[in-house]
Amino acid sequence: MSEIAAHWNYYLVIILMMLGFYAVIARGNMVKKMVGLNIFQTSVFMLYISVGKIDGGTAPILTGDPASVYSNPLPHVLILTAIVVGVATTAVGYALIIRIYEAYGTIEDDEVAVLIDSDQDARERADAEPAS
Amino acid sequence: MGMFAVNAFLLLLLAIIAVVALRVHRLFALVMLSGAFSLTAAAQFVVLDAVDVAFTEAAVGAGISTVLALATLSLVPREEKPHAIAPLPAIIAVATGALLMVSIGDLPQFGAADAPVHVHVAPDYISGSAEKIGVPNVVTSVLASYRGYDTLGETVVIFTAAIAVLLILAGWTRAPYRREDEDRDTQGTRSIEDKQEDAG
Repeated sequence: MSEIAAHWNYYLVIILMMLGFYAVIARGNMVKKMVGLNIFQTSVFMLYISVGKIDGGTAPILTGDPASVYSNPLPHVLILTAIVVGVATTAVGYALIIRIYEAYGTIEDDEVAVLIDSDQDARERADAEPAS
Repeated sequence: MGMFAVNAFLLLLLAIIAVVALRVHRLFALVMLSGAFSLTAAAQFVVLDAVDVAFTEAAVGAGISTVLALATLSLVPREEKPHAIAPLPAIIAVATGALLMVSIGDLPQFGAADAPVHVHVAPDYISGSAEKIGVPNVVTSVLASYRGYDTLGETVVIFTAAIAVLLILAGWTRAPYRREDEDRDTQGTRSIEDKQEDAG
């Protein structure tokens, strides 16, 4: 029990990570994939921030009191960068979803795959006909 | 102990939101749950002493991401096609999670002050920040000074993403359809000019 309490954050973070991972690989709807990716990356952020936490520490803003303990600022900096990069990739993802919907009329990836296959079949038939 | 209780509660809340987000089929509700997840994560970051990360997550994760998702939903269908649980991805996710959990035992205890991550460069950043950089917020001095190149690289990524979004939504990827668009445009202008001549 104390082992689980000592690593509680890490266990929960991994559960969150796998829920997001499952949404990304199993769900066909692209908006749901994006939300799954958001859950996945937020839980990775949480893993890093949990690593930086020190018991009894405070936020790493200097108070001038030599006795105060500060949590590790380095993971915070790395995750600040990662959050902003994450929203940039999210924006590109949503732009691609809009473009895919304009081209195929659906945002379910199995339906898109069927349409691409039938497009290819039609093109191959069109290429084959003039030759014969 | 109080801090640990809040921490544990917020993580459970996040897990519940994530499970509900997986099950819901209306995409509007899904996007709202995603925003709620980010906001709860921001609260969690405050508990874990990462105040800068918390307000960035609240503004960017809960704010901008949700706005982008809602803008997308205004253009695409808002219902997800119902799906059964997919067995193979479920097995992969459970197996990966199990492997990661087995390796957790090797991590230092949560909150331990002597963990390897706390004894490398972090003490230098904390002790040097005041005299070398002169900014009381250590996160700011690491972000803008000690690791300024990281931040420069970050802005390059954002710039690239902005260009990518512009090209995807308005650029040359629509080349095959452009000729028709231009024809329509010129016809449109001509008719407007005709109308103006008629009026004059």
